[in-house]
Amino acid sequence: MHPALQGLITIIVGVSGCVGYFYFSNQFLDKVLFPPRGPNAGRNINRAEMIRPWLFLFPSLLALGLYLAYPVVETMRMSLMERVPGGGSEFVGLDNYRQMVNESKFWEALRNNILWLIVVPALSTTFGLLAAQLTDRIKWGNIAKSIIFMPMAISFVGAAVIWKLVYDTRPIDQDQIGVLNALYLWFGGEAPQTWLTIPFWNSFFLMAVLVWIQTGFAMVILSAALRGIPEETIEAAILDGANPFQLFFKIKMPQISGTIVVVWTTITIVVLKVFDIVFAMTNGQWETQVLANYMFDKLFRANDWGVGSASAMVIMLLVMPILIWNVRNARKEMQ
Amino acid sequence: MDNIAGTKSSLTWAVHISVVLLVALWLFPTVGLLVSSFRTSDQIATSGWWKSMFPSEQNMIIRADAPEMQVLEGDIYVIEGDLFDPEKEVVVSVYGISSRAINAFEVGETGALSKGGDIVVSADGHYRMTNSEPFTGGRGQRIFVTAQSPPEFTLANYKNVLFDPNNREGMLSAFFNTLTVTIPATIIPILVAAFAAYALAWMDFPGRALLIAAIVGLLVVPLQLALIPLLKFHNEIGIGKGYLGVWMAHTGFGLPLAIYLLRNYMVGLPRDIIENARVDGASEFQIFVKIILPLSFPALASFAIFQFLWTWNDLLVALVFLIDSTGETTVMTKQIVELLGTRGGNWEILATSAFVSIAVPLAVFFALQRYLVRGLLAGSVK
Repeated sequence: MHPALQGLITIIVGVSGCVGYFYFSNQFLDKVLFPPRGPNAGRNINRAEMIRPWLFLFPSLLALGLYLAYPVVETMRMSLMERVPGGGSEFVGLDNYRQMVNESKFWEALRNNILWLIVVPALSTTFGLLAAQLTDRIKWGNIAKSIIFMPMAISFVGAAVIWKLVYDTRPIDQDQIGVLNALYLWFGGEAPQTWLTIPFWNSFFLMAVLVWIQTGFAMVILSAALRGIPEETIEAAILDGANPFQLFFKIKMPQISGTIVVVWTTITIVVLKVFDIVFAMTNGQWETQVLANYMFDKLFRANDWGVGSASAMVIMLLVMPILIWNVRNARKEMQ
Repeated sequence: MDNIAGTKSSLTWAVHISVVLLVALWLFPTVGLLVSSFRTSDQIATSGWWKSMFPSEQNMIIRADAPEMQVLEGDIYVIEGDLFDPEKEVVVSVYGISSRAINAFEVGETGALSKGGDIVVSADGHYRMTNSEPFTGGRGQRIFVTAQSPPEFTLANYKNVLFDPNNREGMLSAFFNTLTVTIPATIIPILVAAFAAYALAWMDFPGRALLIAAIVGLLVVPLQLALIPLLKFHNEIGIGKGYLGVWMAHTGFGLPLAIYLLRNYMVGLPRDIIENARVDGASEFQIFVKIILPLSFPALASFAIFQFLWTWNDLLVALVFLIDSTGETTVMTKQIVELLGTRGGNWEILATSAFVSIAVPLAVFFALQRYLVRGLLAGSVK
C-alpha cells in the first residue's frame, strides 16, 4: 500500500477511533453501567462521575506509561544485563557501568557534555536577554525578533549543513568559501583552518550551532518577562537617577530571575539530549563525542545494548535534578 | 514603556547598531546556504557566496570557432562569433591570445594572431578574426578574456534535487515520506491529549495532583531511554520498523507536552460556562466537544505547531523506528545526513536538499509565529 494512503487511513482510523472510544465509553457508562434513573439514580450518578475521569485519561495514560515510564524502568533493567550469544540475557550487576567507565570515549563524552551544559545555556540566555532588552526598545524590534527566533524552526540537521558551510575550508591557494576562514584570513590568519578537527575547540564550534538555535527561544520568553515588569519600579529607579545599566542589572534582572532559571533549565534539557548536531557534523570524531551520540554508537553500531543502556541512564541521572525541581514547582503552584 | 520619562536615552543609535549586528549574525549563515542553493557547483567552489551578489571579474579561456567555420568575404577569410551568450551582460575589459599575455589588448584594439591574421574582440564578447589566407588547423583559436560578469543564479539545482527521476539521491520521495510521518504524528496526540487535559483540568478525582506532577516529570525524560525498550516492544508485537511504529512513538513522546500545555490553557477557561452547561444537563462528552475544544483552539494550534516542527525536523526517532535496511522510507533529515557523508563537497546538492527540508517549517513558522510564541510562553513561564 502506498505510504501516503496508509497515512491517510491511519489519520482516519486514529481520529475516529479516538472519538469513537470516548463517545461510546461515555455512552456505555451513562446508559448501561450506571444509568442515572431507577431506584439507585443518585448512587449511579456518583459512581459514573468517579469512573469518567479515568475513561478520559485512559488512552493517554496507556501511551505515557508504555512509551515513557516503562522504558525508563526497562532501560535501567537492561543496563544491568548482558546479552548472551544465542538469545536471552543474563544479570551481570554493574559490569556494564564498569566497562563504560573504563572507556576513554565515555569520559570524553562526559567532559564534552559538561562543557556543553555550561556554555550553551549561558550563552543562549545571555544573547537572548541582550536581544530581548535591545529589540524591545526600537520600532522594528518585532522584525528583528522574528529573524533571531527563526532558527527555532530549522532542524538540527539543517542547521548542521548551514554551519558546515560557514566552517568550510579550501586549500590556501583557492578562494575560501566558508565565511569563518575568509574572515580569519582577512584578519591576518596565516593558513585556512579546518575548524571542526581542532580538538577541544571544535566542540565550541558545534556549540555555536545550538546557541544560534536556542537564543530565539530564550529571547521570546525573556522578552515577555521583561514586559511584565511593573512600570512603577522602573519609573522610580529612573527618578532616583539610575543609569541604564543600573536599571537593567539592579532593577530588571532581579525581577525576572525566576524566568531566567526556567529558560536556563529548559535549554539544559535540550543540551543533554543533543544528538543530531554532533551526529551530522563530526559524528563524535576529533574528540567531539557527547553522551547521546556515544549511546547511539553503542546501541546501533557496536550493538552493545548493556553499555548503551548504562550510558542512557547517565543521561537520565543528569536530567534528574531538573525533573525533581520541576515537579516540586508544579506541585507548589497547584496548592 | 515609551511614556516613562527619561527612557529615551542618547544610546538609541547604539541600540540600533547592536540589533542590526545581532540580526545580521543570526541571518547570515542561513542566507549563505540559500544563496548557494541557487549557484552552480563551479561558482560555489570558486568564490564565496557573499561575492555572488556583485558583478565578478573573472579570467576565462574560451575557444573561438574552429577554422572549418570560416567564411570568405570578398577576398578575406573571416571567423566571427560571440564568446558569451548575448543575453548575458558580460563586459570584457582586456583580452589576449597567449597565456603569457592574457591582457595584451584592450577591447576594440586589433591584435595580431601568431599564425597570421588579425583579431578584434569587442566589449560584449563579439570577436572577428580576419586573414588574407585561409585559417588552418583543427581547433579554434584560444582567446583569453578578462570580463565582468553580472550576478548569476540558477534553478537547476532544485530541478535536479526535486524533479529528476533518475536521481537516486533526490529529495522528492523523502519529502513525501517526511510528510507521511508528520501529519498523523501531529493530529493523533492532540486528540488523545485534549481529553486527558480536560479530565485533569475540570474533573475532580483522587490522585489528580499526583498525575499532573507525573506528567511534568515525564516532560523532561530524555527519549534516548525509550529507544531500545520500544524497538524491542515493536518487534515483539510485530510492527517492527515502519510508519505505524514511528507514529506511535511520536504520539507517546509528544503527549506530556500536549497534556501540559492544554491543561494549563483549559484551567484558565471561565468556570461559569462549564457549570452552566452542566446545570443545563449537558454530558461531559458534550461539554468537551461543544465548549472546551472550540475555546481551546489557540492552545491546540500552538501544540500542533510544536509537534509539527518537532516531527518534521526529527532525525533520531525516524532512524530508530522507521528507516529499515531497504531505505525506502527514508526521511529528509536522514537523506541530508547521508549526503553530508557521501557528497560533503558538493555544496550545490547539499544546500539545495537542506533548503527543501527547511522551507516547509520556515513557512509554518512565519505564518503561525504568534501561536508558537503563545505556546512557548504557556509552556515555560510558570
